[in-house]
Formats: sequence, C-alpha cells, structure tokens
Amino acid sequence: MNAVVTLRIAMRALVRNKTRSLLTALGIIIGIAAVIAVVAVGQGASVTMQSQISSMGNNLVLIFPGSSRAGGFHGGMGTTQTLTADDGDALLRECPLVRAVSPLVRAGGQCIYRENDWATSVQGVNVQYQEVRNWDVASGSFFTDSDLRGASRVCVLGKTVAKELFQGDDPIGKTIRIKNMPFRVIGVMAPKGSAAWGQDQDDTIIAPWTTVRRVLQNSAFNNVNQLMLSLTSMEVLPQAKQEIGGLLRQRHRPTHGADDDFTVTDMTEVTQMITQVSRLMTVLLTVIASISLMVGGIGIMNIMLVAVSERTREIGLRLAVGARRRDILMQFLVEAVALSGAGGMIGIGLGISAASLLARINHWPVLISPGAVLLALGFSAGVGIFFGFYPAFRAARLNPIESLRRE
Amino acid sequence: MLISLRQVRKVYHMEEVDVPALNGVSLDIASGEFVAIMGHSGSGKSTLLNLLGCLDQPDSGQYVLDGQEVGGLGPDALAGIRNRKIGFVFQNFNLLPRTSAMENVELPLYYGPHIRSEERRERARALLNRIGLGDRLSHHPGQLSGGQQQRVAIARALVNRPPLILADEPTGNLDSKSADDIMALFLELNREGITLVMVTHEPDIARYAKRTIVMKDGMIV
Repeated sequence: MNAVVTLRIAMRALVRNKTRSLLTALGIIIGIAAVIAVVAVGQGASVTMQSQISSMGNNLVLIFPGSSRAGGFHGGMGTTQTLTADDGDALLRECPLVRAVSPLVRAGGQCIYRENDWATSVQGVNVQYQEVRNWDVASGSFFTDSDLRGASRVCVLGKTVAKELFQGDDPIGKTIRIKNMPFRVIGVMAPKGSAAWGQDQDDTIIAPWTTVRRVLQNSAFNNVNQLMLSLTSMEVLPQAKQEIGGLLRQRHRPTHGADDDFTVTDMTEVTQMITQVSRLMTVLLTVIASISLMVGGIGIMNIMLVAVSERTREIGLRLAVGARRRDILMQFLVEAVALSGAGGMIGIGLGISAASLLARINHWPVLISPGAVLLALGFSAGVGIFFGFYPAFRAARLNPIESLRRE
Repeated sequence: MLISLRQVRKVYHMEEVDVPALNGVSLDIASGEFVAIMGHSGSGKSTLLNLLGCLDQPDSGQYVLDGQEVGGLGPDALAGIRNRKIGFVFQNFNLLPRTSAMENVELPLYYGPHIRSEERRERARALLNRIGLGDRLSHHPGQLSGGQQQRVAIARALVNRPPLILADEPTGNLDSKSADDIMALFLELNREGITLVMVTHEPDIARYAKRTIVMKDGMIV
C-alpha cells in the first residue's frame, strides 16, 4: 500500500470526524502557537535591545572620574575632578586599540527660539564624537577642530530638539539661546531613536565641549564628566581596559595603595544580562512546549485508541482482504501523525498571527525564524509518531476473526 | 484439488476449559465446485470456514490450498494468500461505511501488488457494471439496499480474481427475493469456474449448491 493512498485514507478519517479531530489537535495547536509567538516576540525584543546597545556607539567604553576620599568622607562616583580631555588625547595617542575618543561635558538648560522653548541636555564633545557614537549629521555640518579651539558658540541639534524648537522650519543658520547664551545652529543630527533604557537619544544638543565648559558652565578647568572611547573591536576589550587603566594610573599618579580615581565601564554586562535573560526564556519555553506537546500527545493517543476500537470491524475486514499487520500499523500511525502535523501547522499559522498582532500593538519587530518553524513542525510530527505508535500497534495486533465479529 | 484438508483439528481454550471445534476433519474440494456447509451453531462450521479462509491456523493436520501448504505460514504470508486467492462474502456485508461502492470494491487491490489507480478504478467499475450497480458507483453503503450492499461485497470479493469465494451466511440478512438474486449471481460465477464454499443453515439456500456437507460436533457427518 503506497504512501499517498495511506495518507489519503488517514486524511479522510480525520475529516470525517472534523470536530473531534480539531479538539484533539487543539493541545498541539495551542502549544505550538504559544512557542512560535513567544519565540518570535522574544527574538524581536532581543534584537531590538542589541541594536539599541550598539546604537550607543561603536565598541563603546566609558571612563568616569572616580570617587574622592577626603577627610574620611568617601564621595560618590564622579566626585573627583581629575579626568580631563587631555587624558582622552593621551589615550588616543598611546593606545593603538583605541580608535576614537571624545570627552563629554554635560550641561542642561532652557533653549529658546523665538516663541518656542524646550528644556534639554547639552553635550559638550569633540569632533570624534560622531565616530564614537556612530552618529551622522542629517543636514548642515558638524563643528570643526577650530570651533573647538576657539570655543565657538555653535551647536548641532538632535532631531527631537529641532522639531520642538523649529516646528518644521529649517534650523540651519538660525540662532537659538541656551541658558540665555546665543548659539548658531550649524547642523541637525540623524535620528537615533531611544536607548536601551528608553531615553530619547535625539532629545539633546551637541556643542564643542570647550564652549560648554567656558560659556555654559563658566569654568576655566579642563576636567570632564566622562570620556567616551571607541575600540578597534570588542574582542580586544580586556587588553584595552588594561592598557587604558595603566596609562591613566601613570598619568594621574595616585598615592601608592589608594583607589584609582577613575572607573572604566563597558556594555558587556548589559549584553551578558540580555543573553542570560534570553537563555532563561529559552529554557522556560522548552519546558512549556514540552508540557503542552505531551498533553496534546496524550490527547492524540487517547482519541486514536478510541478510533481503533470504533473501527475494529474495519480493521478486521482490511486484514481479511489481505492487509498485512504493517499496513494497519502504518494506517493508524499516519493518521496520528497527520493529526499532530496538521495541528502543528495550524499552530504555526496561529503563532505567527499572534506574534504579528502583538508586535503591531507594542511596536516590536517580529522575527519568525525558519528554524523555529521547522523545529515546531518536526516536533509535532514526532509527537504523532510517539503517541500514535501504541494505538497503531494495538490495531495491528488485532485478530481478524474476532474483529470481524465485533458489532 | 483446490482445497485439501487432512485430519484437521482445532481446539479453543476458554477459561481453563478446552472446547474442541474441529475434531479431525478431512475434506477435498475440487476446482469449480459449489459446496454448502450446514450444521447447527457450535457444530464447527464457522471454524472450518475461518480455517479455509486462512484467517486461522489449525492446531494439527494439513491444509493445502491451490497446491500450497498453509500450515506454519506467518500472518503476513496468510494475508497474501487471502488477498490473492480468496474472496470473502459476509452475512453483514462488512462494507466500509461512508465510502463509495467503487472504493469498497477497490479495497483489496490496495493490499496486493501495485496497480495504477486508473486500472484499479476500471476494474471496480467493470465489476459493478456487471452485477447491475453501474448507476450506483458513488453511492455509500447507507444509500443502498441490503441486496445491493451484498452485491457490492461480492464485487469486492471478485476484484482480485481469486479462484475461491468463501461466503458466511451470505443471505442471512436479506429478504427472500434478494437472497434468490444473490444465489443466482453465485451460480453464474460458479459456471464461470469460480469455486464457492458457503456456510448456511437454510436448506432452501443450501439447495443451490451442488454438494452439501453437514457438520456436527466438529466433524463431517
């Protein structure tokens, strides 16, 4: 008996009991749909988070000034004033693993253009900031080294600020006031979206750090809030951290035995956390999927046993007209697999729809990996074989005489 | 000889009691015969028919069907013999429910050597035409009368062109008009050379056969 005929007989038997088949397959359908949907959403979320982290910058390493310990008091991070823009220049010069460095001086205040005003942060940086953050100018231009040296009152607006202050007008060449100081707008940055923690990265103004220090903070010192470094690659991170630490210690010469007056951090911890969360989710999903597939499988076994008992006469007749035991075995096994396989396929369709719906509501991307779909299909077929075997085996062992006598 | 039984015994074991069903039966049936087996219930006639139909194996004795020793064959080999050499006709027809007459007739062909689906359908159609059901090809058993259902069952028994047809009370569920029609069909088949062995307890039906065997207490009397 060939495979096509066997499959057709199985499909007909299933279609004949539509409601029963559907209810039986429901366990598989729900299980597979849940797994497909959660995997799709989870992968989408994970990719989003990863892209948000990489949107922070190219192989980013941050250096913060350390805590000060004076007169028995231990201040918090950033309480020392020893980290300077010159440290950044030295790092770029002497560490080949460092590709670009920008200092960051943070200021904030009310910005005004005509009748519009907007409170935002101002980031004082240097020209390498674009490379460190991997962030392009959308229109106009970025400031130059001579702006930096001369502490020119120029600025580049983030997309959100440009929108709020100019309401669609072209901001290039216009003058805005930041904390009452006039700045000329020379460019607008490309949109960057929100950071991993949800902050709008476009709600900012970028200016030469020298200008921010002198004009907005009215300070003559060169210390900065942090240094942002871009490494040549993430693989060299441990070595680079060591070199950076060594150079900074050499430059700052802390007293022997004292704490470093700086802290070097990077994104690996965040990345690790994400990996851990997604691993946990995978384990959880596997457990849920296994349980629901098992429950579904037991349902299939149950209904197949019922089918074998209902169709005992049919089995007896098939045996009488020449069916071998393996023909009967295959017939019921194929029926079980068709049931679970169809359930799997419906489940995949349902899961994809559910994921797309969730994604639309929550503005997540959905990633439906073909691997997960194939795995789901394989698993549902496997469940059919595993749980369908015992009923099929029982059918194949039936005695033709007794089966034919059954009413 | 198409069928040759020698000293065949069969005992059924029922809860510590052994019930002898066949008690040393020897029987020869030549090709082209039409034999009726009669006897009361419990006489062993059904057991004999099951053995002849290779649905069961004797405990002892010898059974040669169409030149082949049947004793000692495994279930798959017996299934092959049933498929090629024997057509079954049952009292309750045993047609697959909600399945067309055509497909019911085609059923034995699925378990034999591979046959193209067109030929399969052609053979079923030809047989149904021949027994006068050419206009009922796609009818389900539920849409057919008892006599028509038994004709479909006979067509199914014939589809693999077996030399032997075994019928177990073929008219037991039919009115006398339909029963006569079925017997007329049997006679026609027999004239064409098909060997028929039929179990019945109705003398009227047994009279159609050319030879009658009566069984009692597991033996031929």
